[in-house]
Amino acid sequence: MNIATTIDAVHREAPLSASEAGPAPKRIVVAFGFWTFLLSDIVMFAALFAAYAVLVRATAGGPTGAQLFNQASVAVETACLLASSYTCGMMSLAVNQRHHGAAYLFAGITFALGATFLALEIREFAGMIAIGATPQRSAFLSAFFTLVGCHGLHVAAGLIWLAVMVAQVAIKGPRPNVKRRLLCFTLFWHALDIIWVALFTVVYLMGVRP
Amino acid sequence: MNLLGKLDWGAIPFDQPIVMGASAGMILAVVFVLSWVTLKGYWPYLWKEWLTSVDHKRIGVMYIVLALLMLLRGFADAIMMRSQQAVAAGGAQGYLPPEHFDQIFSAHGTIMIFFMAMPFVIGLMNFVVPLQLGVRDMAFPTLNSVALWLTASGILLVNISLVVGEFAKTGWVAYPPLSELEFSPGVGVDYYLWALQISGVGTLLTGINFVTTILKVRSPGMAYMRMPVFCWTALAANLLIVAAFPILTATFAMLLLDRYLDFHFFSVEGQGNAMMYVNLFWVWGHPEVYILILPAFGIFSEVIATFSGKPLFGYRSMVAATMAICVLSFLVWLHHFFTMGASANVNGFFGVMTMIIAVPTGVKVFNWLFTMYGGRVRFTVPVLWSIGFMVTFVIGGMTGVLLAVPPADFQLHNSLFLVAHFHNVIIGGVVFGVMAGYTYWFPKAFGFKLDERWGKASFWCWLIGFYVAFMPLYVLGLMGMTRRMQHYDNLAWQPWLLLAAIGVAVILVGIACQVVQLVVSIRARAQLRDVTGDPWNGRTLEWSTASPPPAWNFAVLPCVAERDTYWMRKQRARATHDQPAQAVEYKPIEMPKNTPTGFVTAFFAVVTGFALIWHIWWMAGLGAIGAFATLLAFAFRDQEEIEIPGEEIARSDRARQAEIAG
Repeated sequence: MNIATTIDAVHREAPLSASEAGPAPKRIVVAFGFWTFLLSDIVMFAALFAAYAVLVRATAGGPTGAQLFNQASVAVETACLLASSYTCGMMSLAVNQRHHGAAYLFAGITFALGATFLALEIREFAGMIAIGATPQRSAFLSAFFTLVGCHGLHVAAGLIWLAVMVAQVAIKGPRPNVKRRLLCFTLFWHALDIIWVALFTVVYLMGVRP
Repeated sequence: MNLLGKLDWGAIPFDQPIVMGASAGMILAVVFVLSWVTLKGYWPYLWKEWLTSVDHKRIGVMYIVLALLMLLRGFADAIMMRSQQAVAAGGAQGYLPPEHFDQIFSAHGTIMIFFMAMPFVIGLMNFVVPLQLGVRDMAFPTLNSVALWLTASGILLVNISLVVGEFAKTGWVAYPPLSELEFSPGVGVDYYLWALQISGVGTLLTGINFVTTILKVRSPGMAYMRMPVFCWTALAANLLIVAAFPILTATFAMLLLDRYLDFHFFSVEGQGNAMMYVNLFWVWGHPEVYILILPAFGIFSEVIATFSGKPLFGYRSMVAATMAICVLSFLVWLHHFFTMGASANVNGFFGVMTMIIAVPTGVKVFNWLFTMYGGRVRFTVPVLWSIGFMVTFVIGGMTGVLLAVPPADFQLHNSLFLVAHFHNVIIGGVVFGVMAGYTYWFPKAFGFKLDERWGKASFWCWLIGFYVAFMPLYVLGLMGMTRRMQHYDNLAWQPWLLLAAIGVAVILVGIACQVVQLVVSIRARAQLRDVTGDPWNGRTLEWSTASPPPAWNFAVLPCVAERDTYWMRKQRARATHDQPAQAVEYKPIEMPKNTPTGFVTAFFAVVTGFALIWHIWWMAGLGAIGAFATLLAFAFRDQEEIEIPGEEIARSDRARQAEIAG
């Protein structure tokens, strides 16, 4: 017996609940997918945090965190990153309101703050390496450089992404797909803040406890 | 400074006839296929319709082709191991020297888990899930293509290691300190690490794609509790991918830093901690087991319900059991190494958790049995695989619960009892599952069924071969034989190993039957043709469309009102005496445009991976820049979708109606 049907005979009168409403709009789908990616990224950081926690006392006779960390510098880094999240939010507001001048300005400030953060971090790493506290010195330092460096790599990737996004807005204008990518970028940038807050606490605050 | 890093002619093992023979065979096969495609002029078709395709069905088929090829490769390794151990008793050394034997068992495990089981399961999910959800594609079609080709990159790298250089000699888990540079100075471990890092990125992208698709892209009315169970198990498996694979990426990154930059995560020096690797590896590794088995459970649920002609017994408990396993799978990892020396309380906790996770699995087995009870069961090939699974998997599960008792595990750890146990659940669960799925959905993919007789022959060979090959390993494990032995002195073991080798030969016949089945079915495709799109009297939405489905899957998105929606629709149509389908308004459909992004990115990934393995730094840089440029080009393309006009959809749909009526 052949039943050839391409549509369902059942017509539904009642309004559909959220889970029955059919495919979500593209903006929702993209943002949701990117959130899922961010969660996976946070899981990766969780593994690095776990490794750091296991190895934090494994200094092999080398320097400890309390001897190495300069909290003044880290405080400036933190301020830069948190401020850049604010300007990043301002940027997406400006793009949504089609204030192009303001959007470029805030993108520029965000980039500058991110770059400052990165420069300070590189200076911190270089200073440590100069006094022999290299990642090859002990398991603790291996874990430290990997955890903090991985966050730094994410910031560097974010800066490249931001530059590409500015180019996209300039060339293609704020069309829907560019705006969706901008949304993802802002999510990414804020997530880096969240990771930094955990990193600041676990590495730099708890690390200087006697 | 050498322009080619560590690479020179010494990398090619000219002095090992077995390796060279295998390499020559592989290269000849590749050259033969490539020249056949060239001579027939198939390249434009392949490029346009397959290599650059972002269609989830094509991508699914390509995943499964990769998986079947890697099944052959991994099985060749299995034959070599079994035949070596069958002869290398007493003073005999067999025909495989230790350094080669070590590579074989490492490659066997790596290939079978990462490049056979994973692509097979992901391929089936790719093909089936959007169809079952009643939608036109995945949430991110291009990402899907990138994921496929990154998996293919990993596969390519592992197979290159056969010809150029060597593979890891560390086992598929690559525990340090053995896998550290100090003890494994060759490129084998680097091949292993980079192949898995690259394909791991692909798997993570797949996971994100499926989670988003299942949670956000379903046809109207497809509420969660109306989804087919296969979609639920796919959701659970992909949640596990998203939560577990980043841990593997981080762990391998640490080992790579140890090997390349002399870090001290897992090394003996610098107070590194090798057991941390083992913990992190299995925090990924145990969920991985469920990433493989949960979709297989989903397949059995679909097959059993369809061929029993009944709704699945205990749908809600099935969903609850699936999600319970999803969570619990993160709480049992330590049972892979009770011998680490954690306290009795820690071992006790993980032992109890391991026993608890067997409960939802038991719930599932009873649900399948009760589904069959009172049904009119049709004993087709997929049902045979399912019944074979139920018996075999329960045995494997019971030996697993036995191993979950820490004192017993101390005796059996790393023995052949363990090897028998995990083959018991992986072959009896995952392999039987994907074989059932392959036979079940083949007509949907290609429009004709697979030959039934050869399928049955294959099933019986696999089933009998499995028992003959692996039951002796339980005995050997209890006799004290450890895994991964290149030769042994205890002659009492040899009869059992000879028996196991015979079992492998029987499985080989089963695989040969499958190859014959495919050839026979393709040649007899006219007789095996299915025009209805519903050859099994199915219950879920994938059977409501044509076989093979058009690129857009459904001319009109189906509206779902209940579970087993296609079955219910058929029942209603029968009750109202086959009323003709209502007039349909065909609207134009936007479909994602094909793109070479995935293929080109993967090309650069292979270049980068190969360069990193051999320390060819300039080439690694070029590869990375190439991959980045490819992504940029993708980001700046202007046209992302093509519109298929309503007339074309109408024409295709009417042609199908006519074919069914005629």
